[in-house]
Amino acid sequence: MLILECPFCGIMADETELAPGGEAHVRRVGPEGSDEAFEAYLFMRRNPCGVHFELWRHAHGCGRWFIAARNTLTLEVYGTYPAQTDRPPAAIVRAIRRRVPGWEWQP
Amino acid sequence: MSEREAARLRLRRGPGLGMIALRCAPHVPGLGEALGGALGGMRGAALPERGRIVSANGGAVAWMSPDEWLLLCPRERTAGLLERLSRELAGEHHLLADVSDARAVFTLSGPGWREALARLGPADVSPAGFGAGMFRRSRLGQVAAAFWISGPDELRLFCRSSVAGYMEALLEGAARGEGPGIFDAPGA
Repeated sequence: MLILECPFCGIMADETELAPGGEAHVRRVGPEGSDEAFEAYLFMRRNPCGVHFELWRHAHGCGRWFIAARNTLTLEVYGTYPAQTDRPPAAIVRAIRRRVPGWEWQP
Repeated sequence: MSEREAARLRLRRGPGLGMIALRCAPHVPGLGEALGGALGGMRGAALPERGRIVSANGGAVAWMSPDEWLLLCPRERTAGLLERLSRELAGEHHLLADVSDARAVFTLSGPGWREALARLGPADVSPAGFGAGMFRRSRLGQVAAAFWISGPDELRLFCRSSVAGYMEALLEGAARGEGPGIFDAPGA
């Protein structure tokens, strides 16, 4: 059972209060992209064993989307932040590096 | 429901509250004053902090999300307050709507309400985690609900009116039995 802090409410929200939104920081491929790139944007997801970024919506609370940085192997949660960003904030990256030395953000 | 159970928790549908939804940016000038004035007799601003509810004169303003507030008032005052608020916020980007019929209100009275809520959802309803002045939106059973403490040993709760029947049955079930009394411990 996951417990994530909603960055808007400040509430430690239980997983059952939230609605999952899949992988975060997926960059849209525009009209000029190739068919392969568009297919990858639509269907290909990382599914890593380790550090992962996920979209969640506080569906039974404030209704806002946020992103959770967590580890799919250890279930450790590094932090949450509002979804209106295209990369993890520096504080989250630092929190991840403290636990996973040498980790690099790959867009 | 036995007499002993009823002494621990009484469930009542209502009161039918007037509700006005307000959505706008929190930094809109005069927002707090407009809400404070709408509640009536409040000096200065009534803009609840996040996760909280401000009550005065039989009305209240609840924090719903970073850009949404819910004004609760007696039903007969809804139309007047709606007009007054839209006058005061005229010129600012906002949305005001009378949503009184969208939600059903329940009142739980008696010392057993914390335990009843704890049975139904993931919210922390211990005295340390949930006190007077707080407004919690969460899940009860399978539906969304919001609740706040409206008086000594009294909780008010609302959900969508489409699921009011479900909520009533759910609360009746949770009110049954005496339970372990985990929130009755001295000092709790």
